[in-house]
Amino acid sequence: MLLSLFYIFVFPGLFFLSTYGLNVEFIDRKLYARIQNRQGPPWFQQLADFFKLIGKEGIIPTNADKGMFTMLPAFALAAVSATILYIPLWNVSSIYPFKADLVVVLYLLTIPTVVFFIAGWVSNSLYATIGAVRTITQLFAYEVPLFMALLGPALLAGSWSISEIAMFYYKNPLLTLVNIPGFLVAIVAMQGKLERVPFDIPEAETEIVAGPFTEYSGRFLALFRMTIDIELIVLASLVGAIFLPFYAPNNLWLGIVIYLVKTLFVVFILALIRSIMARLRIEQMISFCWKFLAPAAILQIVINLIVKGVL
Amino acid sequence: MGRVVIPVGPQHPALKEPESFTLYLEGERVAASNVTLGYNHRGIEKACEGNTYIENLYLIERVCGICSHSHSTCYITAVEEIAKVEVPKRGLYIRTLIAELERVHSHLLWLGVAGHEIGFDTLFMYSWRDREVVMDIMAMLTGNRVNYAINKYGGVKRDVTDDQKEQVLKAVETLEERTKYYIDVVYEETTLINRLKDVGRLSNEDAMRLFASGPMARASMIDRDTRRDDPYLAYAEIPFNVITDDHCDVLGRTIVRAKELIESYKIIRYVLKNMPQGEISAKVPRRIQAGEAFARYEAPRGEDVHYVRANGTDKPERVKLRAPTLANLASITNMLDGGYLADVPIVIAAIDPCFSCTDRAISIKHLDSGRENVLDFEGLRKYSIEWYKNQGFDASKLNKKLVL
Repeated sequence: MLLSLFYIFVFPGLFFLSTYGLNVEFIDRKLYARIQNRQGPPWFQQLADFFKLIGKEGIIPTNADKGMFTMLPAFALAAVSATILYIPLWNVSSIYPFKADLVVVLYLLTIPTVVFFIAGWVSNSLYATIGAVRTITQLFAYEVPLFMALLGPALLAGSWSISEIAMFYYKNPLLTLVNIPGFLVAIVAMQGKLERVPFDIPEAETEIVAGPFTEYSGRFLALFRMTIDIELIVLASLVGAIFLPFYAPNNLWLGIVIYLVKTLFVVFILALIRSIMARLRIEQMISFCWKFLAPAAILQIVINLIVKGVL
Repeated sequence: MGRVVIPVGPQHPALKEPESFTLYLEGERVAASNVTLGYNHRGIEKACEGNTYIENLYLIERVCGICSHSHSTCYITAVEEIAKVEVPKRGLYIRTLIAELERVHSHLLWLGVAGHEIGFDTLFMYSWRDREVVMDIMAMLTGNRVNYAINKYGGVKRDVTDDQKEQVLKAVETLEERTKYYIDVVYEETTLINRLKDVGRLSNEDAMRLFASGPMARASMIDRDTRRDDPYLAYAEIPFNVITDDHCDVLGRTIVRAKELIESYKIIRYVLKNMPQGEISAKVPRRIQAGEAFARYEAPRGEDVHYVRANGTDKPERVKLRAPTLANLASITNMLDGGYLADVPIVIAAIDPCFSCTDRAISIKHLDSGRENVLDFEGLRKYSIEWYKNQGFDASKLNKKLVL
């Protein structure tokens, strides 16, 4: 019981996720800044921003749905934080593995996006509404390739459990090479899920201010920002667990170091993509996802089926 | 979603100055659009009539923050023409040098803004880093980074030394190398081309009909450049090419501006090499004889036009200026209609707008009755006092104390 509470609230639960999330956002921003030839923020910038936002007045628009408006940020935060319990971190097995937890994780990861949509919708503001519609439109574009990209490795491993998939590739590390197309698809789709350049269309600041978050302020906005930070880690951990099967099952500290290196590697790729591209238009994004990303993901599944047949 | 009315401005993250664009959206497409001017009127033309010529020099310099040298040179050229002053050759060459450095600074700034509007912040940071090089050169040559204040009636205030020439040449070399890189980026970067190509189309005929000017016109294949067509300063002696492009869209405007940078470097090199020796300024009387003059100037954003009428005193009777943005604003609804909402910021940014230079007068429109009326200064003052009284703050008494 006590151990469960420790897992949920301290490590790898809420406390670890939020501190690591803030640090990863710092690393992401620092990398972005250095690539752009800028100095970048100091290490405590994210923490300072977070506490400053918490302390600010949270304004609720008069014609917004008050209950929904205040409840949604916590809802999104809870959904992404719960996900971490089913993803293998420092060990090959996650904390509470069960059959088909991959499906649960993918659905839990869809919740924040849907929450952003509802948040934009209940804000009852023009820019927020357009941002919300764009969020949900974009969801249909990247979600299917992301699911299929993760389905490929699962097919080859013959399991719906992330822990079992991780174990399979840990035992057969060479088979990871088969999954490279899926890894690339997952990285690009993640960029869409996290709403970062080139897929930051829902919150394109020069067009629709802040998209769904236009009316959000104070602690509500702080929770949303925290949600996005944690989502970044959760997705990086998920991709790391499935596509980068490096673990140290008998050594806790080495395991943690490997875990950090893996997630930071994914964050580095994401920062690189973010800095070398311009934002696409929504219709360009959708046609890109369905014309290139989805076929690439299907290709991955076909390859994996063939490899499975050969084995 | 049905038809949605979206206000872009007067306060909006895409706009650096207040201006109102009303967009009628059908889904993500802009069905119709409307531009409203008048949020940033400063009454500079009127103020010029009350100031002496010397004071106006400082005021005109502040019409625009980016092309301050353009406005000041254009105005001074008109006044010098009335006074029939012959500016020494060296003075003209130094003015040309500053003018071209200003063009470099303005185009690099625009490239950054364009990058930011399409979410390409790396381009923004890179080109603004390079803009620092020009601004440092400006600070070295004139003493100021923004409002250079190197012009005076009859010439310029500061000479250029050989040491400074060396430094300018060195800076131009760095900038040329980086500009060539940006031109490669514009021609090759896929996401950038996707966002710029076929966006904000303005055909050659439309550009002619709507009086587009500057890079806007040249990107629509109108071969027009005041520097060549009606030479002023030292441009008659300087060889350079007028860049045109047949894309007729935002990509074309980007290419034109990037290539104009290369031409500007050539002009700067030529000016530094061939700068004649001698005086840098001539004497001009405080009172300008009666007469009128009209000056044209190719500012970085397009053609700038100043008209000055003198009546023999030390104050001008009338100063009229038309900033290039006013000429280019006419075509903006033409370019926005039928496009995507996502392209609105870049289309607006592509004319390199400077709204405060353009703004004309205050007009108040009553939304309920559709009635419009114009407020003069007294009326505006009364209105503001009334407004603050309703807020519980009596400003009229405060003002009396200040007067006493």
